Amino acid sequence: MTTDLTRLTADALATKLSSGEVSSVEATQAHLDRIAAVDGAVHAFLHVASDSALAEAADIDRRRAAGEEMHPLAGVPIAIKDVIVTKGMPTTSGSKILEGWVPPYDATVMTKLRAAGLVSIGKTNMDEFAMGSSTEHSAYGPTHNPWDLERIPGGSGGGSAAAVAAFEAPFALGSDTGGSIRQPAHVTGTVGLKPTYGGVSRYGAIALASSLDQIGPVSRTVLDSALLHDVIGGHDPRDSTSLTDAWPSFAEAVRNADVAGLRIGVIKELQGDGFQPGVMERFREALALLEGAGAIITEVELPSVEHAIAAYYLIMPAEASSNLAKFDSVRFGLRVNPKGGGTVEDVMSATREQGFGAEAKRRIILGTYALSAGYYDAYYGSAQKVRTLVQRDFAAAFANADVLVSPTAPTTAFKLGEKTGDPLSMYLNDIATIPANLAGIPGISVPAGLAAEDGLPVGIQFLAPAREDARLYGVAAALEALLEQKWGHTLLSQAPDLSPSEMNATDEGAV
Amino acid sequence: MSEITQEQVTHLANLARIALTPEEIVSLTSELGSIMDHVATVTEVATPDVPATSHPIPLQNVFRDDVVGQTLTAEEALAGAPDHDGSRFRVTAILGEEQ
Repeated sequence: MTTDLTRLTADALATKLSSGEVSSVEATQAHLDRIAAVDGAVHAFLHVASDSALAEAADIDRRRAAGEEMHPLAGVPIAIKDVIVTKGMPTTSGSKILEGWVPPYDATVMTKLRAAGLVSIGKTNMDEFAMGSSTEHSAYGPTHNPWDLERIPGGSGGGSAAAVAAFEAPFALGSDTGGSIRQPAHVTGTVGLKPTYGGVSRYGAIALASSLDQIGPVSRTVLDSALLHDVIGGHDPRDSTSLTDAWPSFAEAVRNADVAGLRIGVIKELQGDGFQPGVMERFREALALLEGAGAIITEVELPSVEHAIAAYYLIMPAEASSNLAKFDSVRFGLRVNPKGGGTVEDVMSATREQGFGAEAKRRIILGTYALSAGYYDAYYGSAQKVRTLVQRDFAAAFANADVLVSPTAPTTAFKLGEKTGDPLSMYLNDIATIPANLAGIPGISVPAGLAAEDGLPVGIQFLAPAREDARLYGVAAALEALLEQKWGHTLLSQAPDLSPSEMNATDEGAV
Repeated sequence: MSEITQEQVTHLANLARIALTPEEIVSLTSELGSIMDHVATVTEVATPDVPATSHPIPLQNVFRDDVVGQTLTAEEALAGAPDHDGSRFRVTAILGEEQ
């Protein structure tokens, strides 16, 4: 058998596992081998769970051989963003303050993955506590973009996106507070979806900003994200913000993808100035393809989007500063005893000084300021009002459009180190993704091609009203099919070979 | 309004329980100033007639019956603690000498 199992989609791999053509141990080993071959350069993983993954895979194979009824995805490997707590696997959220911590419980999404028989192969790198757009704020060093190792893989979920783009895992879990699933997808040529707020349980996700955070799927194809979303979605009594809705099958939405008559609203404020020409070129080309397939393209205005970043960088740090108070050197993680001893508060302050990185400190201080007496109404209160304005804008836009569309981010992947000295310029990079978090609506980023000027991936973002995640899967799958038909290959088949010796026999998709 | 001083940052660091170094206080003071200059624009559009939104999807409090559920054992809860005595977390003195 010459097929490289790491090149298969999760869906294709699942078919081979179900038919018995491939065992889960073989599939898992292939991905572990791939990680061993390329992750020294990519650094997508903070922890590779070789032994437990192979044991889980062997158990799936045994149960399948015994005739047990299995979930269709049983035996498929998956990578987990390190923001999600995992029993038996270290969980750091990219921070030194949690170095070596092995949680005593599983997040609900992990419980669901294990019940479906998915094999967790490791934990992926991220900006510390998901604070960043480049993974450069990880306490364990940055992840590198598989398309160009000198460039950022996006953030905060750069590890999950890079793992998927580098064929180290067919899909992964991510989390999205201001774009941390969608922007990494944009810069790595992958797919990522932020579900409706409350659509996926956050029990066991280490909170950054509780009114914004959402867990979601990361993959190479729209169908794989939908299949994963079908596993992790749904109500969880352990998360009080979890919606009680019954959700449709997102995989069905992909299989029934059709844009004929679909009203697609182009967001006027998210194009033009500050958007790279190659990003806009791929964007307009994608819209033309959708129009050719019967979609109705209109323009919509979201005037309050102009203030979305400002509101976000008040609300997010404010919530983060209180969420991160739990790292107090008492119940888990690091403890640093100051010279000469001291009270528990002195120990706490010394621990947090040493355990938090620069960006975490910056946001905690910013959030503490925004919430402090005398400033609360002016800053946090005003930011919450802007949130209302953004929601009203979306409501008005969705009266005239079924989905909205924009480039996922203004530029392709920038170079590692390019923006670390200027926090504000890093923040402004999230302009297109933040509004969805403020409004709680779902958003997806799907590859639109490569920018002409630098040959790097470009994503396109679709947004839908709350609870209409299925629409996103439909329109993204339709565009994916139209683009791949036009190109004659997948976008990721164009990514550079990271280890040519290993991949000689397997580049069937390469041109 | 967003004029931020080193004294303020020192006070915020104390509130946030982070023993920042003098160098960090200097750099954070200037960074916070430039970030606040940008984000303070929210005050221009947040007029009194606009209600605040704290939560993106309207929700009500969620209650459950007050019954004992499956919880972590003491051993599991203590497993990741920096210090414990077998049944409780152990910390240093709560009060300083002047308290």
